[in-house]
Amino acid sequence: MRRSLRGALRPAAKATGPTLIVTYLSLLVLLPIAAILSKSFENGLGSFWTAVTQPEARAALKLTLICSLLVAAFNSVAGLVIAWVLVRDDFPGKRVVSAVIDLPFALPTIVAGLTLLSLYGPNSPFGINVADARIGIVFALAFVTLPFSVRSVQPVLAELDRETEDAAASLGASSSVVLRRVILPSVAPAMLAGAGLAFARAIGEFGSVVLISGNLPFKTEVASSWIYSLSQSDQLSAAAAVSTVLILIALIVLGAIGIVRRRFNVGEAV
Amino acid sequence: MKHSPAPRTHLKWRLLAAGILPVSLVLGALLPASASAAGGTVSLVAYSTPKPAYAALIKAFNATKAGAGVTFSQSFGASGSQATAVASGLPADVVNFSLTPDMDKLVKAGIVSSSWDKGPTAGMVTNSIVSFVVRKGNPKKIKTWADLVKSNVKIITPNPFSSGSAKWNLMAAYGAQLSLGKSKAQATAYLTQLLSHTAAQPSSASNALQTFLGGEGDVLLAYEDDALYAQRQGEPITIITPPQTILIQNPIAVTTNSSNASSAKAFVAYLLSPAGQKLWGQQGYRPVLPKVAAQFKFPTPKKVFTIASLGGWTKVNTAFFTPSTGIVAKIEQGLGVSTASG
Amino acid sequence: MKSRWRLPLRIVALGYLALLVVIPVGSVFYRAFQHGFIAAWDAVTTPDAVHALWLTLLVVLIAVPLNTVFGVGVSLILARHRFRGAWLLDAFVDLPLAISPVVVGLALVLVYGKTGWFGNWLAAHGIEIIFSFPGIVMASATVALPYVVREVLPVLQEIGTDQEQAATTLGASSFTAFRRITLPSIRRSLAYGVTLTTARVLGEFGAVVVVSGAIAGRTQTLTLFIQDSIDNLNPVGAYAGAVILAIIALVVLTVLGADREGRKAKWRSRSDQSPSDSEMPLPSTTSVLMSPMDH
Repeated sequence: MRRSLRGALRPAAKATGPTLIVTYLSLLVLLPIAAILSKSFENGLGSFWTAVTQPEARAALKLTLICSLLVAAFNSVAGLVIAWVLVRDDFPGKRVVSAVIDLPFALPTIVAGLTLLSLYGPNSPFGINVADARIGIVFALAFVTLPFSVRSVQPVLAELDRETEDAAASLGASSSVVLRRVILPSVAPAMLAGAGLAFARAIGEFGSVVLISGNLPFKTEVASSWIYSLSQSDQLSAAAAVSTVLILIALIVLGAIGIVRRRFNVGEAV
Repeated sequence: MKHSPAPRTHLKWRLLAAGILPVSLVLGALLPASASAAGGTVSLVAYSTPKPAYAALIKAFNATKAGAGVTFSQSFGASGSQATAVASGLPADVVNFSLTPDMDKLVKAGIVSSSWDKGPTAGMVTNSIVSFVVRKGNPKKIKTWADLVKSNVKIITPNPFSSGSAKWNLMAAYGAQLSLGKSKAQATAYLTQLLSHTAAQPSSASNALQTFLGGEGDVLLAYEDDALYAQRQGEPITIITPPQTILIQNPIAVTTNSSNASSAKAFVAYLLSPAGQKLWGQQGYRPVLPKVAAQFKFPTPKKVFTIASLGGWTKVNTAFFTPSTGIVAKIEQGLGVSTASG
Repeated sequence: MKSRWRLPLRIVALGYLALLVVIPVGSVFYRAFQHGFIAAWDAVTTPDAVHALWLTLLVVLIAVPLNTVFGVGVSLILARHRFRGAWLLDAFVDLPLAISPVVVGLALVLVYGKTGWFGNWLAAHGIEIIFSFPGIVMASATVALPYVVREVLPVLQEIGTDQEQAATTLGASSFTAFRRITLPSIRRSLAYGVTLTTARVLGEFGAVVVVSGAIAGRTQTLTLFIQDSIDNLNPVGAYAGAVILAIIALVVLTVLGADREGRKAKWRSRSDQSPSDSEMPLPSTTSVLMSPMDH
């Protein structure tokens, strides 16, 4: 990869930039991931396989994947709707609403977890109780990934050229056709990017989920919680093994999304 | 906003480029450097519960001759994580955990001497017991271990694979059954019942308390000192002492690579002295010195047993709490198979 | 969009936002000031709290610019060049999010800790990473790595490179072309990216608690202080601390203008009536270069 990266950039003669970038990536991501991989195979392939196929691991992974996929898909649509309203609509208090969207990101996950528990748990002032159930997990994951689902689409929507839509509409196209054939293709890459990131965050999320979910083994225990338990039980190798599985899944999903996004951009002049 | 964007963009660049470095330097300079006081610094690494207690104890220690001028750096967190941190190189002079296996981690790493538990108090600094925490007024009339598994009772206990507190809870339950004359098989069956009644198994004792205070469950299994602290903070709870329970013993030690061994040892000596133990008692911990303990009116359960009577932590940890293969793991798997859907 | 969709969309969007964002954030503010402003103020002005705030700000001031420069650089590479393995670079940037924060911390300890891969080398050179400030910066930067890339890259891909190519043909250095043409067009998405990165760094707990050692008054960030407050049943301290984090995020957001919706970049509205997003009219490039910065 390094060779083809340099080769691609030789004409631009910007060798130091990419080198610094790859170094940064190595120090922060590649080396730590290598350490996780190395730890997970520390006791051999057999113990890696055992760690990954234990009943608790399988149950936790399955639960995590399903909830994360659901949230990523749902929040993509919700993010599009919200971004749409923020870009194309106007109402009093819009700037306040737009400003508040990023705040869940800034809250420590324990605060997020406690807040969700108090608002949507047994003592809910609205009578909504999603605690200790799988729906609680979806709730918490939606909470922490929503800012990103909105912000990934918002700038692209804002940059969208209205003239095509107006032209299509004046030629008689209905709203749904305009949506499907003009708007969606333009925002699809950004939506996919947002969905990918939401999925990645969701499978790794721990703090905000663990309180409202009840953390019951085989019922509401997510993968990151099981990994935490393994690490606290002096089974660091097994913890690393399950983490490796999550990383592989994320790699596959993100890679697939990347390929689809590139298809959308094939028409671009690059 | 009608002003020209050109100056703003330039301004932003200037701010970003020029401002970051000097601001960072100023902020960096404001961070306090490591203190070099008369008695030196003692690094205390402990589990999260005794933080308020240590505030009082350190103040009192500084007022003594041995402790005059000693400054402290303090780190509190989940007991297991703190032990791992010290094993990974976190500087520590005095370590205090909530259960012995965490100390054993450090013995294994060569940071604590293997004779740490040979002192007069067997290496322990405080005691406590496992208690039931219920809603104020005890509406469901929970008094005994048998009451816990009644059909209308929901239990909160931390996850035994990520929390030391949960291990104390479950061994208290197990040992209570044995002390009632039940067989090992019956005690294990009781654990199954108990775990099937749990509404939540939060990842830490702190999370468990928050979950309970957040309205979940009818009874929380917790350390007595934790519960007493919550009560002092005004939380609407009642503490029920079960008739049979386990003695929680919290280990303390001075590290072998301590950079200030003399002050560290003096501090631990103070914590184990009658004056120090009295302060611990006032904070809700049962003193390890019997004479001091007698001055306090802690509830006395009919039967209090120790982990030693159940085989000691090393054996118990391996037998019960090994992920996926331990007794508790097998119970959870059994419960999970029947309740997991799809 | 036909106006009959306007109201239903607005209701759905605002309802979802209310449920998932406005009410929870409002609840945090409420619980912080539940016992009065003085109580909240006292809780966050203890020496430990003030130090935690300074430490957090310092971490933000270093980690966020680093991630921003990295993010813009990676976006430029991915948007401008096709090479084998591009998808891998793309995915690796996102990957830190899939790793549970505690595992990120443990991995950093495995690599840079005393008994880690570089432990001996670092000790020999007197460099402290784990249980010290640099480790906190690294952990924070890692968990917040992809946000600038994910905001800037789609916009870069959308607008294409014709204008910059025209500029460089006309004699502008690549840096000038970047500064005067690329940067203005990614300004809003960059603002979003920096805001999200800042927010994420502010709120990080799991990785930081592992790599910092949580030493009060020394390596305890504001999120660690908040967790401490919760452990010690001091909710006012916890929520007041969270309010401070939210305020910092809001300040960054407002300064960068990320909350503002507004006019599109000027060169777009000057463009000819063209349905294709990739065709940029060449004449306006000259006027862009010649005219004062105005996007």
